[in-house]
Amino acid sequence: MPASEEYKGQVPAWCPGCGNFQILSAIKQALAELGIEPWEVLLVSGIGQSGKLPHYMKCHTFNGLHGRTLPVATAAKLANHSLHVIAVAGDGDCYAEGGNHFLHAIRRNPNISLFVHNNQIYGLTKGQASPTSARGMHTKAQPFGYLSHQFNPLSLAISQDCSFVARGFAGDPEHLKELMKAAITHKGFSLLDILQPCVTFNKVNTFKWYRERVYKLEDDYDPYNQIKAFERALEWGDKIPSGIFYKSDKETLEEMMPTIREMPLVRKKFSPEDIKHEIEKFY
Amino acid sequence: MGVKFLDYTLRVGGEAGQGLQTIGGALAKIFSRKGYHVFTHQDYMSRIRGGHNFYQVRFSDRKVLASRETIDILLALDLNTVEIHKNSVKEEGFILYDSESIKKKLEGTQFIDIPFRKIALDIGKNSVMANTVATGAVLGLLDMGLDILNSILRTTFKEKGEEIIENNIGCAEAGYNYAHSNCPRCEAFGIPEPEARKLLLIDGIQAIGMGALMSGCRFYSAYPMSPSTGILNYLASRAEEYGLVIEQAEDEISAINMTIGASFAGVRAMTGTSGGGFSLMVEGLSLAGITETPLVVAEMQRPGPATGLPTRTEQGDLLFVLNAGHGEFPRVIFEPGTPKQAFYLTNKAFELAEKYQIPVFIQSDQYLGESEWTFENFDLERLIYNDYRMREKDLEGAEEYKRYKYSNTGISLLAVPGEAGKHLVVVDSDEHDEEGHIIEDSETRIKMVQKRLLKKIHLIKKEIEAPLLYGDSSPEIVLVGHGSTYGVIKEVVDILSKDRKIAMMHFSQIYPFSKKDRFDYIEFLKNTDLVISVENNATGQFAKLMRAETGFEFAHQILKYDGRPFTIEKLKEEVDACL
Repeated sequence: MPASEEYKGQVPAWCPGCGNFQILSAIKQALAELGIEPWEVLLVSGIGQSGKLPHYMKCHTFNGLHGRTLPVATAAKLANHSLHVIAVAGDGDCYAEGGNHFLHAIRRNPNISLFVHNNQIYGLTKGQASPTSARGMHTKAQPFGYLSHQFNPLSLAISQDCSFVARGFAGDPEHLKELMKAAITHKGFSLLDILQPCVTFNKVNTFKWYRERVYKLEDDYDPYNQIKAFERALEWGDKIPSGIFYKSDKETLEEMMPTIREMPLVRKKFSPEDIKHEIEKFY
Repeated sequence: MGVKFLDYTLRVGGEAGQGLQTIGGALAKIFSRKGYHVFTHQDYMSRIRGGHNFYQVRFSDRKVLASRETIDILLALDLNTVEIHKNSVKEEGFILYDSESIKKKLEGTQFIDIPFRKIALDIGKNSVMANTVATGAVLGLLDMGLDILNSILRTTFKEKGEEIIENNIGCAEAGYNYAHSNCPRCEAFGIPEPEARKLLLIDGIQAIGMGALMSGCRFYSAYPMSPSTGILNYLASRAEEYGLVIEQAEDEISAINMTIGASFAGVRAMTGTSGGGFSLMVEGLSLAGITETPLVVAEMQRPGPATGLPTRTEQGDLLFVLNAGHGEFPRVIFEPGTPKQAFYLTNKAFELAEKYQIPVFIQSDQYLGESEWTFENFDLERLIYNDYRMREKDLEGAEEYKRYKYSNTGISLLAVPGEAGKHLVVVDSDEHDEEGHIIEDSETRIKMVQKRLLKKIHLIKKEIEAPLLYGDSSPEIVLVGHGSTYGVIKEVVDILSKDRKIAMMHFSQIYPFSKKDRFDYIEFLKNTDLVISVENNATGQFAKLMRAETGFEFAHQILKYDGRPFTIEKLKEEVDACL
């Protein structure tokens, strides 16, 4: 089993006290505890403070475009399903710029995990509202307060029968690590939305604010009940539940793709000789 | 018919949904299997039912590379077709129609009234078989026999059972006999038997698809858009047989990012789209540029801007594709002139994309994409396949892998993540260091730009072949074209060469421009009295590119931007006007 130190990468350039540090530490520990080696995991990230995370680790990394983590991660999994593929995104990254890809990743159900660093604000661009910002929030770009309704990724994902839906909190890294392990080992597309305080730009949703509200779903909570899960996902305000909200066991995209059942696509040998008879079809 | 060579044009016209493609496609296949050379082109509206469409088939005992305006046989499935096309029918030509279906009896020596529908009902017990009657009738007119059609009918209706097959064969035969015995001037055709030869019949889209397959492409992701959808359909139809992964994306942004994701993970991958979809892909193109991920994009042009003319043709995206993507990175653009060129250039696109870790374009258009040509063969020995990807055994004993290690050529080793032992592959859309991690210092930035752009472009330029010269070797007139105008320019050169010293210069490996060490094509043009650029767009994009790259200015430009391809007659007329 690798030690979590083996995943140590470059020195993070995040603000001191940022919730991302706990996420980074949890992901390293989760991978170490699962016995996944650095060369067996691919982290695909987008742009935003979350997008830098793979650089602070040691593993295969594709740090792509803002919002486009899921298409890259899905295709990389289709190309080589022996890799553990984790998409790391932010709330602006995944729910705004990449919203369409989020919907369709749920539908495709590749066996990949999506960890969303949800700080309810845009950090890298210095403090504009994100889809998960509270309605009425005043920022430099929302002079009349944020007029849009708050996006609820969990209820959306549950309504679409997403294979695994969970919420963690950066302020509870031990619980977060366990959720990450559950997401990584779950067979299917797993969404883990992580409440991550932004200490610089979000003066509302602070560590303190979350600590007063976040609680864990009950031990006897049944994650296979879609209606109940939807109800619990709507809870937000004085009380914010965390844990695994929903699970739906179903075939993954890779399992349904008949051409990669025998071996990963990337391992199939190619010789032009095998295809030359194709031309006969045009005579 | 007074032609030196056998050279006939058949046009099948009617509404969308009447089965023009089925009739036209079957006849094209029959002619090519008989041993005639064939050229087809499709003219259709962006609708599923109604309107007016046509499918044109030219066949000859010598090579045919473009469409004619004048036609020998018009098969009219509706009255509209007669009205639109009757003036294009030669005086000694024929118009086949069914007076009962179009509810009008037409007078004149060209008209042959054949009861397609009645025969279908009498013999096939189903009016749907009227198209089989009509196909048989065309063959009867030409006295070409029914053996090939019958075998096509057997294959087409294999799933539908023996009765349907027999009824269709009966309908074809009745149509054949009816036309044959009711055509007083049919001996005028006097069709000689062609040489016994095996010809392949293939369109541009199929050639691109087959080129991709034979280059080891295993992953294709796209969002449907005319006229690129055919590539998606073709590769999807081969997915099971050749073990491909085909993924219809939610949008073109996803399609190109998926293609990059698959390529990063070690699989040869391609995406395809048209101009509008490519507009959405531009950001992803830039991602392929900075991450140095091999990428092949088929960009099938149709007239824009925006939705433009969805089912028609234009060469309007050249400069867009050339300049697409923010920032500076190398790219290659091929624009084939024939399906055969499309096949080889798609293969070369995969080779260069992986060798140099760059995006390469196969740019074409609706016209070439959906035109079928006949060829005696494709030389499969010419296919290139080099696997540039590094796996565990290739990196055994190597020092720690760095995805963007500096090198003299600018090319770094391309390792496959997860298949390269314990070596880690780190790529970044941010500017990065040799290991792939984010940097911002100017020194590394300069080195990276030199590595991925400046060092590579010299090498890439050497891979590009000079334009093709056809016709007189010391001409007074040169017609210069690129991409899909190849066929029509070549035919016009053939016609005009009887009286003039004329040649064609055709560019299919468009960008970067080839070196001039083996053939100084610019000097050649400068020494020619009259150089005319021929383009299927309004602003002469290739001429602009030529001036920018070489300083050469065309004295004349022939531009066509009505959404239709050049025909032989129209291009000749325009060239004559320049002389």
